[in-house]
Amino acid sequence: MSNSANSLGNDPAPRLDRAAIAKRAARDLIDGSTVNLGIGIPALCADFLPDGVELLYHAENGILGFKELSAPGEGDPNLMDAGGKFPKLVPGMAFFDSVESFALIRGGHIDVTVLGALQVSRNGDLSNWMIPKRGIGSIGGAMDLAANAKKVIIAMEHNVKGNLAKIVNECTFPLTARTCVNEIITDIAAIEIDQENDRMILRETAPGWSFDDVQARTEARLTIDGDVGQMA
Amino acid sequence: MLKSDSVLGPGAEKSLLRTKIQQSVSDTNVKDRTIWLAVPINKISNSFAQAVADIPSGASIMIGGFGGAGGQPTRLMLALRDLGVGDLTIIGNVAGISKTTGYGWPDHLDPIDQGMFFESGQATKITCSFPVPGTTNPLSDIEKAWREGKAEVDIVPQGTLIERIRAAGAGIPAFYTPTGVGTPVAEGKEHRDFDGRTFLLEEALTADFALIRAQKADTRGNLQYIGTSRAFNPAMATAAAITIVEVDEIVEPGGIDPERIGTLSTYVDRIVLRETGDPLP
Repeated sequence: MSNSANSLGNDPAPRLDRAAIAKRAARDLIDGSTVNLGIGIPALCADFLPDGVELLYHAENGILGFKELSAPGEGDPNLMDAGGKFPKLVPGMAFFDSVESFALIRGGHIDVTVLGALQVSRNGDLSNWMIPKRGIGSIGGAMDLAANAKKVIIAMEHNVKGNLAKIVNECTFPLTARTCVNEIITDIAAIEIDQENDRMILRETAPGWSFDDVQARTEARLTIDGDVGQMA
Repeated sequence: MLKSDSVLGPGAEKSLLRTKIQQSVSDTNVKDRTIWLAVPINKISNSFAQAVADIPSGASIMIGGFGGAGGQPTRLMLALRDLGVGDLTIIGNVAGISKTTGYGWPDHLDPIDQGMFFESGQATKITCSFPVPGTTNPLSDIEKAWREGKAEVDIVPQGTLIERIRAAGAGIPAFYTPTGVGTPVAEGKEHRDFDGRTFLLEEALTADFALIRAQKADTRGNLQYIGTSRAFNPAMATAAAITIVEVDEIVEPGGIDPERIGTLSTYVDRIVLRETGDPLP
């Protein structure tokens, strides 16, 4: 990981909070898509869907078409999502076993997955299952989703503590999948990965942040293609 | 060859039965045909302790469910812990994270998970997809055993894990998958390109015993599941030499709608009924 950002001064403006990252990522979820949201910030996307957008949520443990969660204390252990939470039974919901659940994923039937990340490289390699220092990690469904979903969106904080970059030239953490990430939404930027032309395009910045501010906190080189918008 | 750490060999119990049957028909000139289950078998065990009593040290054990309370054979797990046998290999999915995080358990109950076999020192290996939670405070039983060098942890992508189990039960020795290519799980595995995409070869995974959970069994062993409790249960039932199921209800044949049978009786060797009103999910 790059240490170049260590010498940076203060941030030029506040960073988005976790809910705001999720809200921005949710804007890229298309009505009618079959979607799998990872745990953490990605799961929050469900709370911020734009008006009129309805998604078919899939979870690895064998459930399709869930919506809101049961009230605390009222959940049924036999009606769980992959995050270990208990959704409500709603019309149109379907249950199935893990063979079918992963045939759905591996077979390319999931339109979009939103996942967290430890590192993303310039060409879209993803590391999100193990911190080398810990020496043990959990893969779960992440490798299947990252390798096989039609679109992979990463929703995460842009830097780790000390301003270390998570968007890097080459991932140094164990990989989840190669060249799989299409888009990264962070607390300071929205970035598109153009794998065909091997470049990372800065699409939007958080309010009060410039291209240079974002680049200074990003190890991989960013490019501009058209206007840079403001995250909202 | 199926991949196995088996001490019994796949189909051990059924082989004994087959030998017996072949002997009994030997004077009727039946030579190349294998006759299965010509004699009725009582599959219902009287207690959880009885159902697991012959599990030996060194056995490999699949534990069904997903992780969390639903679909987990909790009473069978507790019986196996009380049996006290050691050097076990556990095959699970999301394993041993509920106790420290509450994952998949109602708030008012103390979570029970596969970490119990590492806390007790009975298990020396686990193959699973999700052995540790994000947090290390407090440390889970599996991570603690791993850090102390007491347990080997084999981490497999979830879709690869379930397909390896499915393959074992379906007579497929290995299969190609795109998942894991270019990552640490691909190391040492055969790669092959199909239509310009690279895949890697993964081998079937079997076990000596599968402990699984269903809502309802008929006396023959046909099973019905409820909600999201299926997860790894149906595939594990097909992949182990001996499958033991924990159920809330046992009915006569016909008591389960044939359209709703989630696991065929063929795969089920032993059935144990939970007590009515058991406070554990």
